[in-house]
Amino acid sequence: MVEPDYLKFDTLSLHAGQEPDPTTGSRGVPIYQTTSYSFVDTEQAAGLFNLEQPGHIYSRISNPTVAVLEERLAALEGGVGAVCTASGMAAFHLACATIMSAGNHVVASRNIYGGSHNMLNLTMPRFGIQTTFVDPRDLDAWESAITPDTRVLFAETLGNPGIEVLNVPAVAEIAHSHGIPLMVDATFTTPYLMKPIELGADIVMHSVTKFLGGHGIALGGVIVDGGRFDWAANDKFPTLSEPYDGYHGITFSEEYGHQALSMRARAEGLRDFGAAMSPANAFHLLQGVETLPLRMRRHVENTESVIDFLETNDAVSWVSHPAVSSHPDHELAQSLLPHGAGAILSFGISGGREAGRRFIESVQLASHVANVGDAKTLVIHPASTTHQQLSAQDLTAAGVGEDLIRLSVGLEDPSDIIADLARALRASQKG
Amino acid sequence: MQIEFRDLMVNVATGGVDLDKQLPPVLLLHGAGMDRTVWSQQTRYLAHHGFAPMAVDLPGHGDSEGELLPTIAAMAEWVAGFVEKMGLDPIRLVGHSMGSLISLEVAARHPQTVERLILMGAAAAMPVHPELLGAAERNEILAPQLMTAWAHGSRAHVAGNPTPGLWMRSGCQALLERAAPDVIYNDLAACNSYEAGDVAARIECSVSVMVGSEDKMTPPKATAQLVAGFSEVDLQHLKGVGHMMMMEAPDQIRELLLQALR
Ligand SMILES: Cc1ncc(COP(=O)(O)O)c(C=O)c1O
Repeated sequence: MVEPDYLKFDTLSLHAGQEPDPTTGSRGVPIYQTTSYSFVDTEQAAGLFNLEQPGHIYSRISNPTVAVLEERLAALEGGVGAVCTASGMAAFHLACATIMSAGNHVVASRNIYGGSHNMLNLTMPRFGIQTTFVDPRDLDAWESAITPDTRVLFAETLGNPGIEVLNVPAVAEIAHSHGIPLMVDATFTTPYLMKPIELGADIVMHSVTKFLGGHGIALGGVIVDGGRFDWAANDKFPTLSEPYDGYHGITFSEEYGHQALSMRARAEGLRDFGAAMSPANAFHLLQGVETLPLRMRRHVENTESVIDFLETNDAVSWVSHPAVSSHPDHELAQSLLPHGAGAILSFGISGGREAGRRFIESVQLASHVANVGDAKTLVIHPASTTHQQLSAQDLTAAGVGEDLIRLSVGLEDPSDIIADLARALRASQKG
Repeated sequence: MQIEFRDLMVNVATGGVDLDKQLPPVLLLHGAGMDRTVWSQQTRYLAHHGFAPMAVDLPGHGDSEGELLPTIAAMAEWVAGFVEKMGLDPIRLVGHSMGSLISLEVAARHPQTVERLILMGAAAAMPVHPELLGAAERNEILAPQLMTAWAHGSRAHVAGNPTPGLWMRSGCQALLERAAPDVIYNDLAACNSYEAGDVAARIECSVSVMVGSEDKMTPPKATAQLVAGFSEVDLQHLKGVGHMMMMEAPDQIRELLLQALR
C-alpha cells in the first residue's frame, strides 16, 4: 500500500519552518532582534500593506524568528497556520476577538485554567460576550447550553486540575452540528500526545510557556488554525465572511478560504491588539520544541512512576490522572491519548488544608510555583494560589478541594522525585 | 463574489475588488479537488496590477453550487459558456493541473474565446495512481494525504512559506479535506481518462507553460511532451518547486504570470 511520505513528528520538531538562514547560512534559527524590514520599492511596500504579496513589515505583525516557531507549531499540530502571541492568555484573547463580537456567547468547560475562567467569566462580559460553563464530560450539557448567539465551544484537552479528558470528537460533532467551531486549549497535551485537529477541533491554542518551551524561561502563546471549518457556511462569523474595510473591503473567507482565520488573526488581531511574541522568546521556545518528543516521552514515564508511588502511600487519599484505572476518563484516555495522558496530576492529602500546607513547605526538589510543564518538577496547592479568585461555590464546581495538591512531573531521575515526595508526605502527617 | 449562471450560483474571487470589466479579464482555473483559494497568492496582486482576475470555483467545488462535471470536455464547455455569458471573451485563461487540461480544451474547441493560455502543472496525459484513485473513490482521507505528499517539492515539506505563519502542507491537505464527498474522485477520474489527442496542435493563441523541477504529479518530462505539440510556447522552469507552484513559489509565479499576461 502506498503511504504519504510526510516527514515524521520528531523530524518536524527539529526542522519545520526553517531553512539555513539565506544570508549567513546559520543552521540554528537566528534571533532577528529587529522591528522593521526594508521595502524594495514603493510598489512592493504598497503590495505588502495591501496583502497582495507576503513578507515582513513590522515585528508586531510578523517577525522572521517568530515565523519559524509559528510554522513549526502549525506543522506539529497539522494546522494550516499559526499565530504566536506574547502569552497563552494573549492567544486565547486573540482567538476570541477574531471570531466574536459583542452580543456573542461562548460555551466553555468549567474545568479550565483559572486565568481563562476569569477572562470568560469576568472580563469578556464587559465587552458584551457572555459564557455558560458546563461539565466537560456532560455532552448533553454542551448541547443544551448552545444558543443562537453561541460562536464557539471551548475546553482544555486535559482539564485543570481534575485532568478531565475532553472527548474531542464528540464535542466537535456537537459544535459542528450547530455550525460553530470547537476551540481547545491543548497546553497539557502538546501535539506530541494529542492532535486535536485530526480529532475534529478547529482551533488549538497553547500556553507555549509550558511543555512546548519546557524550560520555564519564556512566556508565549499560539493559536493554530485547523483550516477545516467553513466560516462562510452561515452568517455567524462576519469578521471572516464579510468585507472588512481594514484592507479595502477584503473578505477573508473568499480570498483565503481555509486559511481565513490565520490571516485575519494576524492582519487585524496582531496589528490592533499588538500582543506579539518577542523574537527572543520565540528563539528560546524553539529550543524547547526541538526536543519536545524526547521530553514528553520522559515526562510520561516519570509520571507513571510517581503515580505508582503515590497510590501506595498512606498519606495520599486519592490520585487523579487518566492513567489511573479508577479515573473516570481512563478508557477515553486510552483511545485519545495513546502516548500517555500528560505529566500533570492531582492528589488528595490526608489531613486536608493544614497537611497540604506542610507538604508544600517540606518539598525540597520540587518547586512551589504557579506554573506547570517545566522540565523541573513543580507543586502547587490551587485553593490558595491559581484558583484563589474563585468563590467557594465556583471552587467546588471546578473540582478543587482544599486537600488537592497539583503536581507537574519533571524530567529529574524518578527516584529523586519520589524520595522528595515521600519525605514531604511524611512531614505533612506530623501535625 | 457570487454570479448566477445557468440558474446556479458560481463563486468567484476577484482579488478583493469589484470586477472591473474595463480591465483585461483573467480566468483562473483550479486543479482536482481544490478551489479558487489556490490562487490566493496571485489574485489580489493581479487586481492591483491592471487586470480583472476571476478565480472561479468550478461547479460543486468551494462555494459554487451545481453538480460535478464528469469529464474535462464537460468542464471546458461549462467554462466556455461562463466566459460567454459574462461577456469576457476573448479571455486570458490560466489553469493549474486539472485546470490546465480544461484550459487546453477550451482554447482548442473555442479559439475565439481564448486570447492567451497560461498553464501550470500541465501535461498531455494525467494518469492517476490506482491506489490514489481507489482511496478517492472510497472518500478516504488517504486521498488528500497522498495528493498533498506528492504535490509539494521537498522544500515545501519542510519550510519556505513566504506568508508568515502559514504551513503549506496542511494548507493543501485541509483544502482537499474540505471538498465534498466524491469531488476528488470525480476530478481525478476526469484527469485519468482524459485523452489530449492533437489538442496542442489545435491551439492558436499564445501559450506560456510553467513547470516545477520537483513536480511529481505532472513531472517535467510529461510537461515536455505536451509542450512539444505547441507551435509556439514560452516555457519557464522553476527550480526546487513541486506541483503546487503558485503556493510554493508565489513570488516567482506572480512575476511570471504578470509577464505572460502582458
Ligand atoms: C492550561 C493553560 N492555559 C493557558 C494558560 C495561560 O498561559 P500564559 O501563562 O502563557 O499566559 C495557562 C497558564 O498557566 C494554562 O495552564
